[in-house]
Amino acid sequence: MMELICPAGTPAALKSAIEAGADAVYCGFNDETNARNFPGLNFSRDELRKGIALAHGRGAKILVAINTFPRAAAADIWQRAVDDAVSAGADAPILADIGLMDYAARRHPNQRLHVSVQAAAANPDAIAFYAEAFGARRVVLPRVLSVPEIAEITRETTCETEVFVFGGLCVMAEGRCSLSSYATGKSPNMQGVCSPPSHVAYEQSAEGTTSRLGGFTINRFGANEPAGYPTLCKGRFSTAEGAGYIFEDPVSLDATTLLKGLREAGVTALKIEGRQRGRAYVESVVRHFRHALAALESGSEADIAGLKPFTEGQASTLGAYRKTWR
Amino acid sequence: MQLSLGPVLYNWAPDRWRDFYFRIADEAPVDVVTVGEIVCSKRSPFFARHLPAVVERLQGAGKQVLLGSLILVSLRRERRQTEELAVAEGALVEVNDLTCLRALAGRPHAIGPFVNIYNEASAAFHAARGAKRICLPPELPLASVAMIARAVPDVTIEIFAFGRVPLAISARCYHARLHKLTKDNCRFVCEKDPDGLLLNTLEQQDFLTVNGVQTLSHTCTNLLGDAGILRDSNVGSLRLSPQDCDMVAVIRTFRDVLDGREDVDGGNRRLAADYPGVPFSNGFLWAEPGHVYRRAQSADAQIGTPPTP
Repeated sequence: MMELICPAGTPAALKSAIEAGADAVYCGFNDETNARNFPGLNFSRDELRKGIALAHGRGAKILVAINTFPRAAAADIWQRAVDDAVSAGADAPILADIGLMDYAARRHPNQRLHVSVQAAAANPDAIAFYAEAFGARRVVLPRVLSVPEIAEITRETTCETEVFVFGGLCVMAEGRCSLSSYATGKSPNMQGVCSPPSHVAYEQSAEGTTSRLGGFTINRFGANEPAGYPTLCKGRFSTAEGAGYIFEDPVSLDATTLLKGLREAGVTALKIEGRQRGRAYVESVVRHFRHALAALESGSEADIAGLKPFTEGQASTLGAYRKTWR
Repeated sequence: MQLSLGPVLYNWAPDRWRDFYFRIADEAPVDVVTVGEIVCSKRSPFFARHLPAVVERLQGAGKQVLLGSLILVSLRRERRQTEELAVAEGALVEVNDLTCLRALAGRPHAIGPFVNIYNEASAAFHAARGAKRICLPPELPLASVAMIARAVPDVTIEIFAFGRVPLAISARCYHARLHKLTKDNCRFVCEKDPDGLLLNTLEQQDFLTVNGVQTLSHTCTNLLGDAGILRDSNVGSLRLSPQDCDMVAVIRTFRDVLDGREDVDGGNRRLAADYPGVPFSNGFLWAEPGHVYRRAQSADAQIGTPPTP
């Protein structure tokens, strides 16, 4: 059966995820070493150790995302994160930076290592590079591939594959996007944030609400329209060829209906996005996919409507898994 | 300080593309030229027939030619194309995705701005595997650039110094989406925008530029005024990225300022005339939002004003 990999931004969410049936939980330290570096989120060293003890007691694994790109002259912060994750007993660090993978492979040669989606390994050759150079055992695939392309990858590589099945959808290839830093100076690769709340402003007027990021208008909503968060690539813009959601509508990924295809494609693990989300989200989404996987095993119908409240704008997409998305 | 011309990122008519490089070969004081379609593999066949003549003409004029690899490689034919490039003789490959590295197997190569090198350890890793030139990611601040350049003294470090700055790559084609076409049946509508398609906010702020699967800034990177500090930071090459303007004039302006035949203010005036109507930016270098323009060589280090509706 495919593994279910679930997010946790807090010890409480970690516990909820395990109780709801996660095979593994991924989390990060509360600093710039991970790509969900939000205030009040993530784990101290002590919280991680306790989380690992809890998970291992229930037969679940803990993966530690150390997936931003170390700042020049500050590599020790990221190296210490790897060392601390390993010594705490984490089952694998999830890394994106070549220099850090090199460090981890040399310093902890027996440690299982996962390649983050931020490393943008989108084909068997790139995956083989990470496997040969650093002994990487699993790669989280970027959200640019169709299901047949994923099948081709799993046929050609011995590295395990992990794919996103639910949550916030990057429209651009992950780890290769500077849109946020262009508007705000803060980037996913360097600071671990995208479209950060510190640079968001809402302006109310008689006509409705305008949302801005770093001074740029990302969207305008009518008085009766709910105002969504101004994630840059999900904004409404205008061009000479027309206006609207030029990059992507405000939708979330939901691949519940594709689980069978992903299993046939040889995928090892299914990943749920959302370390920034609360316990209720984690618990409901994990439980949903646990049931869907059980239904897949028994050949019965899965509930495909249950997750609507947890999607952005109550709308979902199959993203690049369906080729026509492109 | 070398000058390097990056690959044409937009979908230009093939003959125009060829003639552009012929003129660069004949007239432009540029040391290194990267050629090849790196944004969209569907465009490659159009340029392929002109490529040998372009490479020959550039090399004949004494330019070092680099062959740029595709930024995002996911299809089988894209992998094959990338591997063929990596084993080709006669010109160094500029790697824009790690897909190339296995096929290169340690042979000398260049690294383009689309490979994530944010620190000394990553630069050293690539240098140990044959990287002779590294064009760093455009979002890197000067402090990181200087640190990396010091760590790999045998590698020529290059910085993105002119042109709309590439910000993102996607599997989805936004030109096709805007024209209500699928990517597979896109009719190459991106050819209508040889300088990219301007994307405004709903309050008519100039914001970004759409180029098929690629998204770039609206502003034009201009590090002319920062060239002195870049030189002091051991940067060995400035990359100028082709826009739909007189690039020979742009290259001459940079050369004249670097060689002291023109001062920075005069050079900036010339650039503004060479590529009119597009504001400058250099925010990334100064750890500011990328769209900001911070005027160099002035005592009070004036910061560009943020956009107003």
